[in-house]
Amino acid sequence: MYNASDLRKGLKLLIDGNPYIVIDFEFSKPGKGQSLYRCKMRNMISGNQLVKTYRSVDKFEKAELEEKTMQYLYHQGDEYHFMDTTSYEQLALTAEQLGDNAHYLIDNMEVEGLFFDGRPIDVTVPTFVNLVVTQADPWAKGDTTGNDTKPVTVETGYQLQVPPFIEEGEKIQIDTRTGAYVTRVK
Amino acid sequence: MPDAPHTRAACFSCLRAFFAAKGFLEVDTPIRLPAIIPERFIEPITSEDFFLQTSPELCMKRLLARGYPRIFQISHCFRRGEKGRLHHEEFMMLEWYRLGADYRRLMADCDALLAFLAQNLDKFLPPDTDFIWPARLREEFLLGAETVSVADAFARHAPRSLDEAMAAGAFDELLVHHVEPHLGRSRPTFLTDYPAELASLARLSPEDERIAERFELYSRGIELANGFSELTDANEQRRRFAEEIATIARDGKTRPAMPERFLADLARIDAASGIALGLDRLIMLLLDESALATAVTFAPDDL
Repeated sequence: MYNASDLRKGLKLLIDGNPYIVIDFEFSKPGKGQSLYRCKMRNMISGNQLVKTYRSVDKFEKAELEEKTMQYLYHQGDEYHFMDTTSYEQLALTAEQLGDNAHYLIDNMEVEGLFFDGRPIDVTVPTFVNLVVTQADPWAKGDTTGNDTKPVTVETGYQLQVPPFIEEGEKIQIDTRTGAYVTRVK
Repeated sequence: MPDAPHTRAACFSCLRAFFAAKGFLEVDTPIRLPAIIPERFIEPITSEDFFLQTSPELCMKRLLARGYPRIFQISHCFRRGEKGRLHHEEFMMLEWYRLGADYRRLMADCDALLAFLAQNLDKFLPPDTDFIWPARLREEFLLGAETVSVADAFARHAPRSLDEAMAAGAFDELLVHHVEPHLGRSRPTFLTDYPAELASLARLSPEDERIAERFELYSRGIELANGFSELTDANEQRRRFAEEIATIARDGKTRPAMPERFLADLARIDAASGIALGLDRLIMLLLDESALATAVTFAPDDL
């Protein structure tokens, strides 16, 4: 259990059965009055935000969250299979649970998973990943249309815009936070 | 980073000059005390069998009783668990007391003090200082404070009236989140006419028993000071203390002792008034900052 005086930015609480993280916190206390703990919190599953003011007498349950390092194995249809690198257990996540992260998964890649009640609520892939371009139109020299990018597909099936000089079979680096091309990798 | 040490030193010297000119005696009372005021919402920090003062109030009122009619003190105070943008567990308090005067006299003192700072602070700063008065603050301090009753302030700024807020136990919350941000915006503001339930150590108004002779001073949305006509009826004070002690015990906390020596001295005072001003907050305003941490010599996180 947490007391109101434990509240601070980054604390994870269980509210009505849902895990919340405190994203903003302000302590206030009017002259001769009682302590007020105003928290802005984000539901770690739905992303919904909530602002509440607590008092010294309020108590909170901890949101029990488990972090796991997982190695990506393969995917079959909508299911992506991983191995927990600590327990060697296999587990599957859906494309929906992975969101954009599914664009960057290659065999044996290690990702960090955050689990609440056995359910994955957040998956973090490395910030930069290197992927092979599997489909790209050739660079038409003398192209005067003025386009400075062209679409390519990488080995995971993800499509993105890259500079026109990138060719099929080359490896490129992608920033997984934005999904954008960073540089060509030798 | 603003130059907090020079601004603080200038502020302290300027305040001492102000009180000296008004015939006040500077006192220094012990900060480690065997008994303190029992207050439900102010938690002390203990030091062996003693308490660090949450305010120099008790000793200063005892000095009034011992024949020192105008006294002031600049001292460190300690309150457990008060940590935030505008709260530190250790902070600097300015308190002053007047024998034979009521809270209106303290309001006049506040106006004079802010005006004195506006006119004289620069004289106490070193010649090569990079201190600059925040835009308009000096003019605001020279204007003097406007007076707004708690009921009017709630009617103007809060989603509920004062009576509704009191009935719902939502006074503190509505005050902090809805009312305070609007106070002291174009000039300092005195918030006055507190409901009797929030009298604390204040006397009730002889004209209207539902109202306490208590006020707070605000500047730019920041609560700076809390003053009142002191309750000098030792029996009534004992009754309020006993109630507060019982509440604290019911909350499951250590039952505080009755400050008997204070009550004995209080019985010798006829009328008096006193005020506590948070100096770190005043200095924060002078530095045009929005957090105490930038106005103190060492922030708690920096220790």
